[in-house]
This record gives sequence, C-alpha cells and structure tokens, in this order.
Amino acid sequence: MSSVVVLWVASIGVFIMVVYSGDPLFPLKMNPTTPPATILIREHQLFLDRPLPWRYWHWLDGLFHGNMGLDMSNAPVRPQLFEHMAVTLRMVLLAFILAVIIAISLGVLAALRRGGITDRAITFTTFFFLATPVFVTGLVLKFFVAIPLYHFFGHQIFATTGAVSPLASGSFFHRLPDYVAHMTLPTITLILAVFSSWTIYQRSSILETMNLDHVMLARSKGIKPRRVLMRHILRNALIPVTTVLALDFAGLLGGAVITETVYSWNGLGRWFLQGASAQDLNITLAYLLFTATIVILFNLLADIAYGILDPRIRYR
Amino acid sequence: MSLLKKRRGGERIETQWSIALRRFRKDKVAMTGVFVFLVILIVAVVQTSVNPSGWSTLTQDYYQAPSMKHLFGTTAAGLDLFSACLKGAEQDLIVALIVSTMSMVIGTAVGAIAGYFGGLIDALLMRFVDLLLVVPLLTILIVMSNLFQNSSNSPLFIALLIGFLSWTYISRLVRAEFLALRERPFVEASIALGASSWRVITRHLIPNAIGTILVNTTLTVSGAILLESTLSYLGLGIVPPSVSLGMLVQEGQGAATTSPWEFLFPAGLLLAIVLCMFAIGDGMQSAFDPRNARRRK
Repeated sequence: MSSVVVLWVASIGVFIMVVYSGDPLFPLKMNPTTPPATILIREHQLFLDRPLPWRYWHWLDGLFHGNMGLDMSNAPVRPQLFEHMAVTLRMVLLAFILAVIIAISLGVLAALRRGGITDRAITFTTFFFLATPVFVTGLVLKFFVAIPLYHFFGHQIFATTGAVSPLASGSFFHRLPDYVAHMTLPTITLILAVFSSWTIYQRSSILETMNLDHVMLARSKGIKPRRVLMRHILRNALIPVTTVLALDFAGLLGGAVITETVYSWNGLGRWFLQGASAQDLNITLAYLLFTATIVILFNLLADIAYGILDPRIRYR
Repeated sequence: MSLLKKRRGGERIETQWSIALRRFRKDKVAMTGVFVFLVILIVAVVQTSVNPSGWSTLTQDYYQAPSMKHLFGTTAAGLDLFSACLKGAEQDLIVALIVSTMSMVIGTAVGAIAGYFGGLIDALLMRFVDLLLVVPLLTILIVMSNLFQNSSNSPLFIALLIGFLSWTYISRLVRAEFLALRERPFVEASIALGASSWRVITRHLIPNAIGTILVNTTLTVSGAILLESTLSYLGLGIVPPSVSLGMLVQEGQGAATTSPWEFLFPAGLLLAIVLCMFAIGDGMQSAFDPRNARRRK
C-alpha cells in the first residue's frame, strides 16, 4: 500500500519536473514565420494554457482510463510504450538473468579460492568492468569485435545496428538466427555493465557467511562440503545480494538507454531520449512512470524473496 | 586531528588518521591508484597551463596517428587530441570535485540530522530520500538536460545538478552509522556534561563516521565522472565549446575502425581515472575498517 503512495507522490514530482524542464513549443516559437495564432492553438491543444494542477489531474484521470495521452505528432502514447517495451525487455530480462547467474557463480568461486590467483583475476576483472562506462564497453564490442569478425569471416556474424533486420520475415524459428545475431552484443554489453558490482557483493557476502558458527557446526557434523555450500552458506549469503539485485534493476534500464543508443535499437531508451529532447511531455511522463513502477515493483519482489530465503522474516 | 603520530608525555599515541594512513601506504593497489591519478592530474594541469588554447585551436596536421608531436594523434579536423583529452579530463575532474563536495556536505548533514534526532525528522528525511531514488538519476538528468542545453556554462550546471541529486547514498550510510553511534556511552557522557547537539555531532559523531564518509565520497567521484561522461556521450551533458572525455568518445566513435586513436585515448583516459578512484576508495575502505586491525599488524 505504501508503495502506491510513493508512486503517487513520485508522479507529482515527476510531473512538475517535466513541465518545468522546457517548453515543447520552443522550436515553433523560434521560427519567425510561425503566426502567433498557431502558437496559441498549439498551446491550447497541448493544455499549456491551463493551470498545472488541472493538467496533472487531466493526465492522472487519463491514466486511470488507460489513456496516456497523445505525443507531439498526435499519435497515442500507450501503444508506442508497449511496442518499445517489448524490444527493451527482451534484452534487459535476458541480460539480467545471465548476469545474476554469472555474478553468483563468480562470487562463490572467488570467495572459495580467496587470495588465490582465481580470486585475484576475478576481482581485477570486476573492478575493470565496474570502471568502464557502458558506452565504452558497447563501442569496443562493436568496433573491435563485431567488425574484425566481419572482415575475418567475410560475412556478418554479429549485427551492430537495430534489434532485427529490416527485411526479416518468416516464422519465429526462421528469424531466430537473426534475433541472436542482433541480440548477442547488446546483451553482453549490458551484462558487463552490471555483473561486476554483484560479483563483488556476492563474494564478500559469502566470505562473511563462511565464518559463521552454524557453518562450522555443519562442517564438523561431517556434512559434505557441497551441501554445506549450497544449503548453509549460499542460502544465507543470497539475502543481502537480493536487495542489491532488485535495486540495480533500475540501473539496468538506464544501461539499456545507452546500449540502445550505441546499437541503434528502437527500444524504450531511445524512444525516451528522443521524446525528452523534443520536450514531448506525454512520452517523457510515460517512460518515467514506467521506470518508477519497475523500481517499486522490484523493491517489493526483494521483500518477497527475503521471506523465501530467510524463514525468520515473514510478512503478514 | 593531525595526520602524524602525536607525542603525549613522551609516549607515542596513534590517532585514527595515522593508523589509517599507515595501512593505506602499505596497500600497493591503492598507492598505484594515487600515483597514476597524480600523474594524470599533473600532466593535465601542466598541459593546460603551458598550452591553454591547444584544445580549442585546430592545427594544420589533419588525421595524424600518434607521434612525438601529437602524442594522442589528431582528428580529421586537425584537433590535437592530447590537449583535448587532458582538457576534457580536467573538466571532468572539476565536475567530480564539485559533485563530491556537495554530496559529502549535503549527505553528511542530512544523514547526521536524521540519525541523531530520529523520530519525525528522520522519517520525513528518509521518505524524501526514498522518493529521490524512485526515478534513476540518469533519467532525471536526461529530462533536466533541456534546461542547460544551450547554456555556455553547461559544466557548472551539470555539476550542480548531479551534486543536488547524488547525496542520497552517503546520507543513508551516515544515518545508519549515527543510529549506532548515538547509543554509545561516550555520546551519553558528553550530553551529560552539557554538550550541545551541534558539538556532539561535529566533535564526537562525525569524526567516528569519517571513514564511511570519505570512502563513499571517493566512490561518488567515480560515479560522477561516469554519469557526466555518459550524459556527454549522449550529447546531453557538456556541449561545445566546452570539452569532456565523454564528448570526445562520442566524436571519435565514428572513426573507431580507421583511426582508433580518436576513440581509444579519450576512452582509455576515462577508464584510467575511474579505476584510480576505485583503487583509492577500496584502499581507504580497508584502511579505515577496524576489522582489519588484527590482520594487518
């Protein structure tokens, strides 16, 4: 319930921020040949002549009726949001799942081989990728992996622009290789952008749990090391990691904005970037509302995951 | 709070600072970070003062690979990348300095007030922090970028904007630290002796939380550099006539396969600066961590 309140207050803040961040008619006003009457009509159409609370209410009322308003070229925003969401979520969800698996396994591996060469190699790699901006990773993969591979094999291995080939047709399985060729590099970019902090966190969490009394007890009882790891260490160590994973999902969406720019994907991020730079109120609001909802949703999911991992925490 | 060991009655006393400094000096990775960072900083300052207009004037050498004359090569327009990269690095570091100072001050103040006074003030401040975290920072900056898009002092605007929005993390950590410290006997003792809230916070609580504050300020520096360069890469951050590393990467990306130096040098410099910050932050973390006291003696 409280998350609904947070979302509502956030929507007010976001609305005020977007309204005051610029004038959507600025390009029109800068053009000396625009007659003043046109500007007045546009202002009326976009409700710019109405008071702020009225506009907010109008937007919220529309939202409850499943209507997100029109964009600057009078196309409805809602179908656009869902269309772009499908493109982005395909990449983000796959990257999220793979990055979680990679981070947890690398974190466990580094913690078990603490101080050894494996640990050092993993720690160095994670810090390296933590320091690399997403756009640099993306550009390096694009220019120093995809293009040399193209020159080496003489044909395209990984596509570097777009989510699908413009001419792709046929059934889903027919198009599958095309999807894979387009998705591989952006997904790797996103994984590299997020896995490092999770790995570092997982490693230190495992190290902390390993020295707890109950682990010692389990070992001294003669339980197999593998079972101790899975049941006694990992399950406890995953609790703090879950929070970080949930909180970082929003960061993944931010990473998607940049990845989509680098690889020219027509996803939510680029849609939002274009909308924001055109000061398109309804597009910007729709995207911000979407991110805020995702952030709050994942916080809730983290709370539920706590309950599953830690029997002491049960929510009523 | 001297950095050096104090002498009191002929006996050497170690302060919190001297212990941390000694541990920090032994940390090879952190010292390498400090060294590389200082080298970059000195070269940047020397270069921009010896050749102050190098980054904004075009030479007659078009499209040159790195050489002794142009260490990082030149662009197709004849821009000397060595000057441009170092000016960009300097610009990024100024932004990071403003951002980290602001986050440190605001974050510590908000965290201290929330953690020390508790109750309604704490609840209100922390709900406000929650609210700021609902929408990702990059998204807010993209929306707000319209405001400084055509302004000539875009770096200052960006720095102030990021600074106003990125103190939330430090404030949460300081609050958590204060909540624990508040219950300790020495705080009770000083309140009993009649110390004002201000005195307890500034003389007793902040010095005890200084490790957390400094470590996370260092991390804020790298966060600010990454955020600013991402924004500049998208063309929404620092815009010409100013220069930043993210902007240079964006300009160099088109030529990445034919003249890789245009892309690799700004990207590499960016990476090096952020890596140094991580190394320093990590070193400080273990230097200030009391749990390391036994292990490293």
